[in-house]
Amino acid sequence: MLRPRAIPCLLLKNGRLVKTIAFDKPQYVGDPINAVRIFNDMEVDEIVVLDIGATPDRSAVRFDLIGEMASECFMPMAYGGGLTSVEQVRRVLGLGVEKVVINSAAGQDLSIVRAVADAFGSQSIVAAVDVRKRMFSGYRPYISGGRQALKIDVTKWVQALELAGAGEILVTSIDRDGTMDGYDLELVRLVTGAVRVPVIAAGGAGSVDDIGAVVARGGASAAAVGSLAVYQGKNRAVLINFPTPAQLKAVLP
Amino acid sequence: MLTDGGIVVIDYGLGNPASVKNMLRKAGHQAEVTADHAAIRSASRLILPGVGAFDHGMQNLADRGLIDVLNEAVLVRRVPMLGICLGLQLMSRRSEEGVLPGLGWFAADTIRFAFPPEAHDLRIPHMGWNTVAKTSDTFLAANLAADARFYFVHSYHVRCDERADVALTAPYGGEVVAAAVKGNIAGTQFHPEKSHKFGLALLRSFVEWEPACA
Repeated sequence: MLRPRAIPCLLLKNGRLVKTIAFDKPQYVGDPINAVRIFNDMEVDEIVVLDIGATPDRSAVRFDLIGEMASECFMPMAYGGGLTSVEQVRRVLGLGVEKVVINSAAGQDLSIVRAVADAFGSQSIVAAVDVRKRMFSGYRPYISGGRQALKIDVTKWVQALELAGAGEILVTSIDRDGTMDGYDLELVRLVTGAVRVPVIAAGGAGSVDDIGAVVARGGASAAAVGSLAVYQGKNRAVLINFPTPAQLKAVLP
Repeated sequence: MLTDGGIVVIDYGLGNPASVKNMLRKAGHQAEVTADHAAIRSASRLILPGVGAFDHGMQNLADRGLIDVLNEAVLVRRVPMLGICLGLQLMSRRSEEGVLPGLGWFAADTIRFAFPPEAHDLRIPHMGWNTVAKTSDTFLAANLAADARFYFVHSYHVRCDERADVALTAPYGGEVVAAAVKGNIAGTQFHPEKSHKFGLALLRSFVEWEPACA
């Protein structure tokens, strides 16, 4: 049967591997190429790499680094960060990357999603949706690394992304990012109930049980983990690690 | 029958020939990524990768003058050929995804997944790691580990007229063709180049494959 996926989500900034808390306080946690090698040896299901320093309004896409990471990946790799054009996407996919992740560019102009889907197929585009829970307006999608809110609710936004041709949705709870307090199951359920494409849940994974819960109770097709893959123990010692296949098997269907 | 021009991964502007070459290198084999007609004419093995839309794939093959060259290599010279993902679908007669005719090497059509609305867990695309079951004895099943799993990502799938052409199936809302083999022609719906050691073993099997003369 189709196994729910557990995916290390690696953040890049200035070519270095970092980890954030609530999209803030990036802490240096290592070398990205080395991390990819380790995850490859662990035979993880897939890997997501997001360059948080390369949003459309800032620095350029680091094609060399992406290519180097992809050549170490004998599992699927998704890349996001700073992509604004079909030509950039073509170049990234040509490096050996399976999927591109698009967030801010879609928030500014949804037609990028359709253009990429038409050119390379829906399976090659993951729409990322970063969400904050607000006191009065509920769940709200954000772009530009959590700095700018969109004037649309999450359900409508993910449906628009699906309609535009996104083959997968990566939904991240900004509030839970880096907290290791567990996924926002209510948010994940909202998104998985709204679309037919697979949903990757992110933000909050602190244990293997959280991964099991977001699949069983959130309806997610995949669980992305950040802190859990780069920290170990209560004191958050930096160590690239990942739940073993046996540990995952115990919590996943 | 075979010439020693080596393994050629066909570069027609779609999908990831570099990943296939990369995995072949890990398996200890050099491959050339090219659309060059002369290289394809002298190749001892061909791989047609591919990710994307059906018509886009057929159009790109046509634009590069590759359809006749591939027909000659595969149907006349009978070079072992492996299609991957869209590469397999292009070997069918047609696809619900487009209007252009396929290569037609398999008596098969490519159809879209169609699940009832209540089957909400059967997401489309079929994306992720799935198991496969052997339906006939082919080189693809020869070195298959008991716990083998492969990476799939597709919204369309191949339906073969002849059960005998189906090599492997995957369970996804029913039996889905995961691989097909006919004579010197083989194709996988999944991505061996992105399926860790299981894909590595499968590509090794392809490189060692000696199809029986039909």
